Amino acid sequence: MNIPFTKFNNLGLAISGLLLILSIAFISLRGLNFGLDFTGGISIEINYDGKVELEDIRTSLSSIEDANFVVLNFGSDDNILIKFQSEDVESFSPQTVFDQLEVDNLLGEVTKTEVIFPQIGEELRDNGGIAILVAIFAILVYIIFRFQYKFGIGAIAALVHDVLLILGLFSIFQLTFDLSVLAAVLAIVGYSLNDSIVVSDRIRENFLDQNQKGSSDSLINKSLNQVFARTIITSFTTLLVLMALLIAGGAALTNFSLALAVGVIIGSYSSIFIVVGVLLKMNLSNKDMEKPKNDPEESYSMN
Amino acid sequence: MNQFRIWQYLLIFSTILIGIIYAIPNFFPSKPALQIALGGSTANERVIIEVSEVLDRNNINYSEILLQENSVKVVLDNVEDQLASRRLIADYSDGDYIIALNSEPTTPDWLRNIGGNPLNLGLDLAGGIHFLLEVDTQRYSIERISSESASIEDELKRQGLAVTSSAVGSEAYFSFTNSADLEAAKEYLNDNNFTISGNKFNILQNGLDLTLVYTDSFLSEIIDYAVEQNLVALRNRVNELGVSEPIVQREGKGRIVVELPGVQDSASAKKIIGKTANLEFRLEARNSDSFLRKEKFSYKDNPVATAFLEKKTILTGDSVTNAQSSFDENGRPQVNISLDIDGGRAMQNATTGNIGRRLGVVLVEEKTKTFFDVNNEVRQETFIEKNIISNATIQAVLGTSFRITGLGSSTESSELALLLRAGALAAPMKFVEEQTIGPTLGQENIDKGVDSIIIGFCLVFLFMILRYRLFGLSANIALICNLILVTSIMSVFGATLTLPGIAGIVLTVGMAVDANVLIFARISEELKNNIDVQSAIKNGFAKAFSTIMDANITTLIVALILYAIGTGPIKGFAVTLSIGIITSIFTAILVTRSFVNMIYGYRDIRELKV
Repeated sequence: MNIPFTKFNNLGLAISGLLLILSIAFISLRGLNFGLDFTGGISIEINYDGKVELEDIRTSLSSIEDANFVVLNFGSDDNILIKFQSEDVESFSPQTVFDQLEVDNLLGEVTKTEVIFPQIGEELRDNGGIAILVAIFAILVYIIFRFQYKFGIGAIAALVHDVLLILGLFSIFQLTFDLSVLAAVLAIVGYSLNDSIVVSDRIRENFLDQNQKGSSDSLINKSLNQVFARTIITSFTTLLVLMALLIAGGAALTNFSLALAVGVIIGSYSSIFIVVGVLLKMNLSNKDMEKPKNDPEESYSMN
Repeated sequence: MNQFRIWQYLLIFSTILIGIIYAIPNFFPSKPALQIALGGSTANERVIIEVSEVLDRNNINYSEILLQENSVKVVLDNVEDQLASRRLIADYSDGDYIIALNSEPTTPDWLRNIGGNPLNLGLDLAGGIHFLLEVDTQRYSIERISSESASIEDELKRQGLAVTSSAVGSEAYFSFTNSADLEAAKEYLNDNNFTISGNKFNILQNGLDLTLVYTDSFLSEIIDYAVEQNLVALRNRVNELGVSEPIVQREGKGRIVVELPGVQDSASAKKIIGKTANLEFRLEARNSDSFLRKEKFSYKDNPVATAFLEKKTILTGDSVTNAQSSFDENGRPQVNISLDIDGGRAMQNATTGNIGRRLGVVLVEEKTKTFFDVNNEVRQETFIEKNIISNATIQAVLGTSFRITGLGSSTESSELALLLRAGALAAPMKFVEEQTIGPTLGQENIDKGVDSIIIGFCLVFLFMILRYRLFGLSANIALICNLILVTSIMSVFGATLTLPGIAGIVLTVGMAVDANVLIFARISEELKNNIDVQSAIKNGFAKAFSTIMDANITTLIVALILYAIGTGPIKGFAVTLSIGIITSIFTAILVTRSFVNMIYGYRDIRELKV
């Protein structure tokens, strides 16, 4: 296999650049559609023995004064989700909703109620951001220690690229960004790194190999071709299990699986175009390589 | 030849065998059960009889009913019976019982004896209630500093110094009238400026004024103390509920998580846990007392009735070490109260000379009002409500141990005892998060999780076999071993499995094959270089090793950071991801290698395709 990846590199960077600008614009102008975990509020899930008319529920709840409810189907049409958004200034509890539905004979089996206060959400958001920053820093240190700083910058660039695009996607389509999606984004950080490391590892190996001749460009291209099959296969198997989660995991995991699936695809793409793009722009050469202390071929011996 | 030594095979296979043994308990289905607690008083034979009568009357079969610690456990045949009997018993008891849906593991004794237990299921899988409470640390430290400064002032006055004091935030101010007093005070302050973590405060002098600036280490020490104290009080309250395997733990600096698996009735749980309450013992005011010295309170159980109590508080709930409801000589309900030494002394001083007067117990509750403001954001306001829960006549000089008699009913006495016992919180707390997960949703989540794991597995299995044939088979066996090891490690260490945790496992399945794909790709490259088959296999494993390690270590770093910073669902995800990464390194390299060795290592192969 010999695909001239590096030829398309500028194209790849241009596309990524465009997507990044789009994502950042949406994130800053439109923001994310934060779920209850982050904004605070009340949500109630109710299950019925059969299909239920949302209009009936809405009518019933509208008799609760000053309260403004969002009533949706959740997962299937015999499941509903009631979210509380109100300018009501009196104290309020989910019990009010139960009582009202009970009166109108519309109360099914309450499967989940949640009451979350806003300060928790703010903290979660901050912690999520901190987690990503700390992770980026720790990884940078590890890669500089194990590889070389140019690889570190390449991997971090790919990672930031991946995270921003996912956030952008959630902003553009206004998908609910809740705690599980945050977990997915953090998992993508791990996955994206995984890919970047595999690519970087191969490039380093080829650069260090004295028998290899050719320009940096051609060596990098050779490395990419060598790992390409693996990148595709791993992404494919991961996508397979994510499909399983999407199909069978239920509504609670839909956005999680979706974020991960997109992240896996973007992660594979960025390991080829962003990592390599950064390395090429920084003129990676043989001189940047110093032989690692542990020669990988010597570090594992078992036969 | 690619061969492991016998001991190497043995080591690898015995690791997996141990994994299998500790994963087994998860395959014994647990039986649905109900746990019935009386919330305060201990359950007894009478409850068993009553409960079994209710069940018999409704033709519900149960396989076992027994007393377990301070609650009654009923083991039922199926989930329908479990839900039906919960409703029946709840109706019967009319709120007196706290009923938790529960499950009784059927792990055989021999497994249990070697520490084999099924996985702990998180609330999203088991159903139950989750509360997050926040300790008002700021207010506590302000109150604490002002009481510190007041007691310093008292002590200085006792030494005959002329001083006035005040406190604002984390600073206390002392004003003196002459420099001799000031020097004496400075000496006293310097002598008393120690805590475990260093200086309590820094002293600043300005003319005849002293300012004590309390150090951050002292402030965080008192906050720690308050949160720990609240944690203890909350544990006691949760234990009153009698629910099995509750979780009460600190989260971050000033928050406490309470999880009650199986409990569905959030109102009654909140009633007991949510008593963000303290107690005050005060003498009833005399009619002749001026209004400046007395305060009017309503009774808790009858808001119309009121009484005047003195403004001075004799002692607070912190001093109560125990309170039990029992019956007096005439068979009437009473509450026996024990105080700590300081409390006993204060009580003795207060009651001496006051026999015949009444002693009121005031319950101080912090209540929270939630509403949405004009900007549609959730706002919380807290307010304090003080009510009399008991106002009894003092019959004798009281000390560290005394009783309250003349209570209306045994329900009243056990409630009062519970309030007295659990009423002592060091700092005020409020609920900031509340989640109730129904039992069917939990089961549904388990089913969905298991389904996704099975489907995901099958898809990956099929693909690996089709793409890599025998190598794929080895990788698949490694994948199964990985799943077994993750399950057994989580079971042994008592980690909690949640829905995001299952997602973590599914993700590990996808990513674990990565290591094998890397290895196989290397082997196929080696084969292209016309190297003999055995060396190609050997080199393939060796060359992929450092890549696998680097890739997994970086992912592990991310997972550990997730664990350290994340809360709730994120933590659950991080746990399974970390365990999965570690086990997958083992299985993807060593287990796959041993199967590849067993398949190819003992043969002379000329040609191989990967």
